[in-house]
Amino acid sequence: MTKLDAGLLGAAIVLAVALVVVLARRRPPKRLPVSGAARRVLVPFSGALDPTVLDAAIRIARAEGAVLVPAYLLIVPLRYGEDAPLRDEVKLAMPVLEAVEHRALRAGVPVDARIEKGRTLTHALRRLWEVEQFDRIVAPAPVNGGGGFNEKELAWLLAHAPTETLVLKPTPAAARTAA
Amino acid sequence: MAAGVGKTYRMLQEGRHAQADGHDVVIGYLEPHDRPETSALADGLEVVPRLRTAHGSLALDEMDVDAVIRRAPELALVDELAHTNAPGMRNEKRYQDIDEILDAGVDVISTVNVQHLESLNDAIAELTDVRVRETFPDRILEEADEVVLVDLTPEALQERLRAGKVYPQERVDVALQNFFKLERLSALRELALREVAEDVEARRQTLVLDPLSKQAVAERVLALVTPEPRSQRILRRAWRSAERLGAQLDALWVRKPGAQLDEEEQVGLAALRRLAIILGAHFVEEEGDDLVATVRSVVYERGTTYVFVGTPDESRKREILHGSLVSALVRELPGVDIRVVANRADRPEEVR
Repeated sequence: MTKLDAGLLGAAIVLAVALVVVLARRRPPKRLPVSGAARRVLVPFSGALDPTVLDAAIRIARAEGAVLVPAYLLIVPLRYGEDAPLRDEVKLAMPVLEAVEHRALRAGVPVDARIEKGRTLTHALRRLWEVEQFDRIVAPAPVNGGGGFNEKELAWLLAHAPTETLVLKPTPAAARTAA
Repeated sequence: MAAGVGKTYRMLQEGRHAQADGHDVVIGYLEPHDRPETSALADGLEVVPRLRTAHGSLALDEMDVDAVIRRAPELALVDELAHTNAPGMRNEKRYQDIDEILDAGVDVISTVNVQHLESLNDAIAELTDVRVRETFPDRILEEADEVVLVDLTPEALQERLRAGKVYPQERVDVALQNFFKLERLSALRELALREVAEDVEARRQTLVLDPLSKQAVAERVLALVTPEPRSQRILRRAWRSAERLGAQLDALWVRKPGAQLDEEEQVGLAALRRLAIILGAHFVEEEGDDLVATVRSVVYERGTTYVFVGTPDESRKREILHGSLVSALVRELPGVDIRVVANRADRPEEVR
């Protein structure tokens, strides 16, 4: 092998290594593995979700290798049939749900979001439980009079939830703009 | 809609109008039901003699298909499309006779009640507690050049029944207590109206897709979904675009023939259906081996102008060997916008 050949070979190897590096860098990060029977952490909410609650739910899901299921609950007004489309309500829910999803994915937690509806928040929750299984529920308590489930709803939740339930109340001082 | 609303009468009116316009019209088969008004309207229209067949001790009259074809009019009026022919006839059903007449180049106007439509059989049985045996395939309705609904309010139909214009007086009370109950007639009427409305919509779509009028009259968005979590986002993104465009939204899942869903996929699919209801989207499930061909068929059927698809799960090797799904969609759906919804989890800056 001449010096020139060796030089070309060296350049080719360097080029190949560079290409591999470039290709490797361009490849998206590996997806978080979700096994067939992954645990599911439900975070039901409506209107807004306090970031403290969301972050806690994300931490729990991450620690358990679980899928986070943020569920935006919609109330179907009595003047509509239960299966009526809820365009206006969905318009409000959509950006909040996207933001929640975004935050969880940034934290590396797989997400399987839902929008569920019912005549009341608890009715919507019950409908969701009837068709899907969850391993843990993280329910936000109200803070500064807004967001989260009210006392009555929380009492119902604790009495009827089909699985381990965690009610999270952020300190009023820490209450920030919803996710 | 139902017996007694005036279908035969309307068919004869159409026949007379065609005759008055100089067309050669015959009656292939008429069931006058001993209604004088109907018989009077048939006067002056040529009647092709019926074929008499013996069935045991019974003599049954059926349409003489060969005689109608030999006569070769421009238009034949044939009553009771869903009728079952007497045993021994060449065709089991009258709609098959009509197929033969149409094949011979003769136009046909026929009549049928909505409860005979095959796809509505279960719904009708549920509504009326009566299982209709004489059905006809939906394709007959789809192939018809025109479908006219002969509508009558349930109250008016009951009035006609009481006046003896539908059945002989001795059968009226029994009829009113059974099939002709107000709620049943209302349900049948609703079904008939809906069926015709869907038919009109389907025809409009066909017109839109006519090669000479490729310009769609409205935007329509189609989201391709699979029973996995990321499809929730695809459907939501598609909905947001549909809202901005003032478009209808369809969600399509193409199921592989014979594919069995595991529990997780079943939950995912049910969740997608629920989301579709909340969003006011139409969930369409089609079976097909060839994803792109199935999507193409749905796109042209529904007049889709936008297709939303998730980032395909294709390895680079598979993409090189078999081609990319997105490229195939772009190639097979000319004139349709394709939008790929990225998987947020794939964004490098978002995973820490």
